Amino acid sequence: MTAPCAPRSGEGQLAEFGAYLSAIASLVRKDLAVEWRSRQLLASMLVFALLMILIFNFALELDARARAEVSSGVLWATFAFAGTLGLNRSMSIEKDGGALDGLLLAPFDRSAIYFGKTLANMLFVLVVALATLPVYGVLYNIDLWHGGLLLVIVLGAWGYSAVGTLLAAMAMQARSRDLLLPVLLFPLLLPVLVAAVRASSFFLQGLEMEYIWPSLNLLIAYAVIMPALGFMFFDFIVED
Amino acid sequence: MIKAAKVGKRFGERIVLQVIDLQVKRGELVALLGPNGAGKSTLLRVLASLARPSAGEIQVAGYNLLGQVAAARAAIGYLGHQPILYGDLSAEQNLWFYARIYRIPRPGARIRELLSTFDLELRRREPVRTFSRGMQQRLSLARALLHRPKALLLDEPHSGLDREAVAVLDDLLKKQTRKGTAILLATHDLARAQRLAHRVEVLADGRLVASFNRRQLASRQFAATYDRALRAAQRGGSVG
Repeated sequence: MTAPCAPRSGEGQLAEFGAYLSAIASLVRKDLAVEWRSRQLLASMLVFALLMILIFNFALELDARARAEVSSGVLWATFAFAGTLGLNRSMSIEKDGGALDGLLLAPFDRSAIYFGKTLANMLFVLVVALATLPVYGVLYNIDLWHGGLLLVIVLGAWGYSAVGTLLAAMAMQARSRDLLLPVLLFPLLLPVLVAAVRASSFFLQGLEMEYIWPSLNLLIAYAVIMPALGFMFFDFIVED
Repeated sequence: MIKAAKVGKRFGERIVLQVIDLQVKRGELVALLGPNGAGKSTLLRVLASLARPSAGEIQVAGYNLLGQVAAARAAIGYLGHQPILYGDLSAEQNLWFYARIYRIPRPGARIRELLSTFDLELRRREPVRTFSRGMQQRLSLARALLHRPKALLLDEPHSGLDREAVAVLDDLLKKQTRKGTAILLATHDLARAQRLAHRVEVLADGRLVASFNRRQLASRQFAATYDRALRAAQRGGSVG
């Protein structure tokens, strides 16, 4: 039997791309369904995030000016640490019971697995952000409903999930994966965290866009470069 | 249907498979026998595209695993040592998820059919983690067969099954070969291989060292011949 090898038409490529997107959507839907049934991940991320915000609030007795400058650091440290719990769990559900093999056997490009997991992880970080922001706003007496801040949170969550998912897939193979992930993750996260903290802080202080653009540009670059790396290397990372 | 030419696999310095030439034709069931650590599971993983071969070429259903991997994967049904299921999802949700990623049109009827075949209908809405080992194995078989694969790679599929389920599986394997599916089944059970297989290939130390056809399998001395083949392989020879 010979395999069909005719060049693909534009329509064929479009259909293939549609199948790729549908695979990503199925993966996101599956991760949400697993979380809906187990209710482990979001609960632990939320409790952790709220505790961190409370602890920082009582540990740092800040005046009004210092709050605007420092509190976005508190916010992003909270998201970063709470997100790590999610990244570990997101890959451990694939490792347990060998479920990752089922994904690797599926008839689509394996980068779809990476994008599916990244999107699901980003959604979890955003849910935690949405739930913690009002508490944070009350405790730190800051008006958070700023479109710019929401944009920074979305870009930061995407960049964070893009690099976190890639490293979680690498750490998954190791026996001490729970320890390995943060050790690998935080040095690589520094650019996105610094940019997110600066951009959030500038938005909250109401500075002009000319001050904010450099940080926003860095966030956008990170949000493009990291998924591109994941697209190229995920297949090699997860294979035997 | 499954064709491996000069396939080798090494993990670092350790050679696990060397120069494997193997062919399983349409409608043929080939049993892969061999002692523990012979490389049976690795060979199945390599053929399923879960592990990249270090040398050689593989074709499944006419598609090359290097150049047309997505089409080849769509033709493969694989059952490994792990269930490849999500413990927090129900049996039905697991099958729906796999149906989506294989893009099976109107999968409801197929899912109901398989749940009924493997006697899992009554517990279809319960989380898989509450299932016994045998029930998980039955669901895993349903998952492997869901997309009507042209080639089945089964690694000890009978393990954990009760007598009734074993009979169902044996019957199903016979039906699949009649429908034209190529089956490669790794097992330790000589009697089962004699009963089900059209041919037996013996793997020892990562090499195919002997091959038995149907006439030889039917012989009463098959077990003794098999032992002699293994001993000869350990001394460095090849029989069959």
